[in-house]
Amino acid sequence: MPQLATSNLTYQATGRSIINGIDWSLEKQEIVTITGPSGSGKSTFVRLLASLLEPTSGTITFDDQDIETLDPIAYRRRVSYAVQQPTLFGKTVRENLAFPYQLRKKPFDEQHAVKALQTVDLGASDLDREITSLSGGEKQRVALLRNVMFVPEVLIMDEVTTGLDSDSKGSVHKMIDYFNDRHQLSVIMITHDEEELKHAHNLYRLADGKLAEVDQHE
Amino acid sequence: MNNLIVSNTALGLTGVFVGLALWIGYREKLGIAKDLIIATFCCVIQLFVVGYVLKYVFRVDSWLLTLLLILVIIFNGAYNAKGRSNDLKNSFPISLLAIATSTLVILLVLVFAGAVKFIPSQIIPLTGMIVSNSMVAMGLCFRTMNSMFTDRRSQILEMLALGASPMTASKGIIRDAIKTGLQPTIDTAKTVGLVALPGMMSGMIFAGADPVLAIKYQIMVTFMLLGITSISSMIGCYLGYQSFYNQRQQLIK
Repeated sequence: MPQLATSNLTYQATGRSIINGIDWSLEKQEIVTITGPSGSGKSTFVRLLASLLEPTSGTITFDDQDIETLDPIAYRRRVSYAVQQPTLFGKTVRENLAFPYQLRKKPFDEQHAVKALQTVDLGASDLDREITSLSGGEKQRVALLRNVMFVPEVLIMDEVTTGLDSDSKGSVHKMIDYFNDRHQLSVIMITHDEEELKHAHNLYRLADGKLAEVDQHE
Repeated sequence: MNNLIVSNTALGLTGVFVGLALWIGYREKLGIAKDLIIATFCCVIQLFVVGYVLKYVFRVDSWLLTLLLILVIIFNGAYNAKGRSNDLKNSFPISLLAIATSTLVILLVLVFAGAVKFIPSQIIPLTGMIVSNSMVAMGLCFRTMNSMFTDRRSQILEMLALGASPMTASKGIIRDAIKTGLQPTIDTAKTVGLVALPGMMSGMIFAGADPVLAIKYQIMVTFMLLGITSISSMIGCYLGYQSFYNQRQQLIK
């Protein structure tokens, strides 16, 4: 049974068809990469998967359950979506890592936060840093950590590595491998990056509203 | 009241000022002649109609008629607030509820506290003041929410993606919109009496009342306006933010 699947998924906006009857599935602990030209609907597709947009027709199932029947807030905590240019909240890194705890009305676990920071090559000394002092790469890593403070089952990364230097990219990949290996996290990654595409295991290409698997041996 | 003597001739002569505005508009090629003439006619006709209606209502002195007029004022206020909402979904029922609630709460407090009597000559002007302030506050709240939901779209989307409820994701916007709704009343309260003598106080002094009594009423009105704008802004924003989400708690606008 696939963890996440779409059936004849269609999305239209202002009379234009953006996603055109996609049938697709993701297995547990799988890491897939989606690429495609700008404006081809990659972000729309993953936002539909994250229940941030309503499909025009078709269904999305999570663990064999139609996501329409699930509570959207609880679902988004299980299928977490990270954006390309995140906005950090508040003033410090701590406030950002504490945000998922606030949402769940749980006390902030500092030790866990430090451990999470270490997975992206940051550390305890960064916890009280002001967000204005962070570099672009550091900001992106802190933002990404918000998605995994409570490890979801699926992490969707919408071009999060675009514009990052190679060190930051390396840290992000290290983090993905860590959570994928230790917590069976499934990952959907959108990227245009040649290096990332070269190393992708399950590569899909989205064009003209259709998603097709890319044979990497070709 | 004997010192209030505006004869029809005197009133007609003040029309010279409209002529002056028209002349300036013509000389400076402002293209406002049509608007000015329409505004002048609207002002004269509306005020005469209101004047005669009020004269009749005050003379009849019926609580039912007073109540009916209050409802008409509230309805008009809500309709105007809707017009200032940039097509926000459900803006009319939200405005109606917010304006009606704030009006009811304030009038009840004032009447039961003995500050005013439930007679048309006191209740109707007060209702007008309450509703117009509430209407302005609602319009400001709606416009602020509209622009902030556009400006902060990506931030809200991120919060939702992290599993926040629409209420949590919109909290900052709701706070800023309420603040914007309240700001004009707070600013006016800060300068009241220093820059301009407000309408009610001026009216009473004009009519020959003791200025000390007039300021007491003005203080009451200022407090009342702070109450009205906060109640209506709060109701308007807490109900209004929901119009930006669908049933699946997704951002729709």
